[in-house]
Amino acid sequence: MKPLQIVVLVKQVPDTTEVKLDPKTGNLIREGIKSIVNPDDRNAIEAAVTLKERYGAKITVISMGPPQAIDAISEAMGMGADRGILLSDRAFAGADTWATSSALGRAVQKVEGFDLVFAGRQAIDGDTAQIGPQVAEFLGVPQATYVCAVEEIKGDAIVVKRRLEDGFEKLELRLPALLTVVGEINDPRYPSVGRLIDACREKAPIEIWNSADLGFKASEVGLEGSLTHVVNTFSPKAKRQGEIIPGGAKEVAQALLSRLSDKKLLRDTL
Amino acid sequence: MTVWIETELCNGCKRCSKACPYDAIEMRGEKAFILERCTACGTCVSVCKQGAIKSDAAPREIPDFSGWKGVWVFAEQREGTLMKVSLELLGKARQLASSLGEEVSAVLLGSGVEGLADTLVRFGADKVYLMEDESLRQYRTVPYTRAISYLIEKYRPGILLMGATHLGRDLAPRLSRRAGVGLTADCTDLTIDPAEKILLQTRPAFGGNVMATIANRYSRPQMATVRPGVMEAFEPADHTGKVIRHDFSMSEDEIGVKVLEVVREKKKAVELSESRIIVAGGRGVGDRDGFTLLEELAGLLGGEVAGTRVAVEEGWIPPERQVGQTGSSVRPELYIACGISGAIQHRAGMMNSRFIVAINRDARAPIFQVADWGIVGDLHEVIPEIVRQLKTGQKGL
Repeated sequence: MKPLQIVVLVKQVPDTTEVKLDPKTGNLIREGIKSIVNPDDRNAIEAAVTLKERYGAKITVISMGPPQAIDAISEAMGMGADRGILLSDRAFAGADTWATSSALGRAVQKVEGFDLVFAGRQAIDGDTAQIGPQVAEFLGVPQATYVCAVEEIKGDAIVVKRRLEDGFEKLELRLPALLTVVGEINDPRYPSVGRLIDACREKAPIEIWNSADLGFKASEVGLEGSLTHVVNTFSPKAKRQGEIIPGGAKEVAQALLSRLSDKKLLRDTL
Repeated sequence: MTVWIETELCNGCKRCSKACPYDAIEMRGEKAFILERCTACGTCVSVCKQGAIKSDAAPREIPDFSGWKGVWVFAEQREGTLMKVSLELLGKARQLASSLGEEVSAVLLGSGVEGLADTLVRFGADKVYLMEDESLRQYRTVPYTRAISYLIEKYRPGILLMGATHLGRDLAPRLSRRAGVGLTADCTDLTIDPAEKILLQTRPAFGGNVMATIANRYSRPQMATVRPGVMEAFEPADHTGKVIRHDFSMSEDEIGVKVLEVVREKKKAVELSESRIIVAGGRGVGDRDGFTLLEELAGLLGGEVAGTRVAVEEGWIPPERQVGQTGSSVRPELYIACGISGAIQHRAGMMNSRFIVAINRDARAPIFQVADWGIVGDLHEVIPEIVRQLKTGQKGL
């Protein structure tokens, strides 16, 4: 069997698990927020590397983002990917999922004879979960989202389990196909130091493609190529009492229970 | 794309600086100034009333969509049972349709599901587009996409709403790409712009520090998904409607996907969206033992325990108890947030609670901005004290 051609789509995202607001301005405090590989995407890389170990494969990682997103690709290569492509161009800025899936889809098409595309279910900075299915449609291939297990490759088909709200379903998809994975599918390995160092060398097989390399006009990508646009932004209005209850544990507990009782939120304990 | 400010047109109103999701515009003297971290997202261009912010984007013409009318709801059914979110969306669709003076329609796909049409009408559908075929019995992305895109081309709806369930989040983006339209995921609010008559879609955005209002000006239908529990279903009195049936068929070879097996796991059902009281924990809870404390408090209050994405990722609580943009949206009478910083993705899932209590050591945590009552302190000291007082009946009365 010839080695599988696998493409993995990854995104670099800010690690926003610990947001803090400036109490005076109400703005997000940005200093010290680091960039990480989107958590679900690390599972996607691991899923591809697992298949490579089992069946033999060449893995190409594609990311779209600013120049520093090359770090995400290096990390993927440290985990076992063979080739990296960064789609980076000022023209890509402000892209919605339509414009993003056009760029990623075109890039995947340029990877000769792909059999499988992996992506994370969703990115923690946007949470849309749209890119996977939109790229699958762009490519015209079957898709499975929320994939929680890859069972086997049988001839020209792959068997996967897809997580449902109340269980799972087992699907057989004809290849080529696109899969988006959830965190429970595996535990991503750490990048190996040797591979990381290789990824940082000049000979490292990381390429940077701009919109012209993908055959796009500037008006087809980024903000101009988008179909949805932000027309306003606002901080959620706090129509709340906003009372800070002062005191030690005993006092605050007592004061809080008294307020809950006044609003009839406590069960009748008698 | 590049964005810049025509300084002589700027009147120093600060609207752009407030709207910028990246904090990339500051005031220098009385004029706005764009900092290096600008990502050219274009938000400031649309909020500037002076026309002082320019971009090199070519001006775009908005096509004529006067032939695209009606508010559609995808009626999601599984094994012949309608999902509640579809009825909730019909409730919202009726409001939108009445602002537009248009009709509400539901799209119902499956096999042997005709009987569900009555329910859809009862909850506000004026028309039900029905397609029944064996290939639609079990949900599969490809035939569902083809069926709905056929109806879209034929009837040209202005708006299409879908539930953000696992099925909806699989289908909606695929369908949007097929139909060539924009899609906004997981909206927390939907309204009609009174002047432009377009759908304004609100959701958390830009890495979760702000809410964004998103418009879909350049394509129809305007597609949006909404999580279960965000909108409210209601039954208009004596509503009537009609069923319009269409044939559908697709060969297995064209579909390329087989469902080999469906397994329903019997879990203890947790209906967070039905809970009157929720005690939720985040990173600050610290470990699994911390959640035992929260469970005790929830038990005494007659509520359920929930948590943030971090709490789920750490394995402190199961995923079905996650509240927030990726979990459930809840609106209990009382929400007690313990050790939760309050990322907007979490707030989006609990903001509609009637009363909110926040317990957090960090006074800067955003959760305090949405709390009715805040306690700046260590939950590991405060909660045992609340539990003790509840047990002894000392309510400070």
